[in-house]
Amino acid sequence: MKQAAVRRAFCAGAALLSAFLAGGCTTVQPWQRGNLADYTMRADRDALHTAMSEHVYFSREASSGGRGVGGGGCGCN
Amino acid sequence: MLWLALGICAGRSAVATPQPGQPFPDWRAYELAGDVPDTQAAKVVIVDFWASWCAPCKQSFPIYDQLQREYGAKGVVIVAVNIDDDPRAMQRFLDRLRPGFAVVRDVAQKLVAAVAVPAMPTAFVLDRRGIVRFVHEGFFGERTRAEYVAEIETLLSENP
Repeated sequence: MKQAAVRRAFCAGAALLSAFLAGGCTTVQPWQRGNLADYTMRADRDALHTAMSEHVYFSREASSGGRGVGGGGCGCN
Repeated sequence: MLWLALGICAGRSAVATPQPGQPFPDWRAYELAGDVPDTQAAKVVIVDFWASWCAPCKQSFPIYDQLQREYGAKGVVIVAVNIDDDPRAMQRFLDRLRPGFAVVRDVAQKLVAAVAVPAMPTAFVLDRRGIVRFVHEGFFGERTRAEYVAEIETLLSENP
């Protein structure tokens, strides 16, 4: 009986703690994406690095491509 | 537990974007830098939120320029609201494109937060009473231009 009560209290405490920690989550709003849209945030900004990564990926996975994403960091349109 | 956590996260951005039929906030009441145009006599006001880092915004400016030249005398006022953190970035953008319509800067990003634009760029087409009639999320070249022309013609043909 006492053990069940302790378990319930623990679960409730864990739930509250998770909710409290998750409260730090935030959404980057569309007008706050200036830094994300910067050229330095692009994964493919270095052509040599991209070519090497592609080579390693192809060697390990026997496939290539599929890296492209539309739009870019600003999330425009 | 997960839903509770997500619910808390989601609850943080509860500001709603003005929809067609709703009044647009009095944007002159916000901290806007630059020459805020007088829109009292305007028949159509287009409020466009843009940034120098937003690629479609570059595409949109020549079109807005064209619309302002074509419909300015008929009572259309275009106001481009910049939301850049750095005013120098805005100035570089303007020096390159030299727009012929009003540009103001939302210094503290309060207006853009108040209307909670869902994407960059977003433009609100207001009628002569300041009511949002159309909302444009993003800019898609000729398609968007044709939509603007149709909307402007509709609003200009309405009785006061």
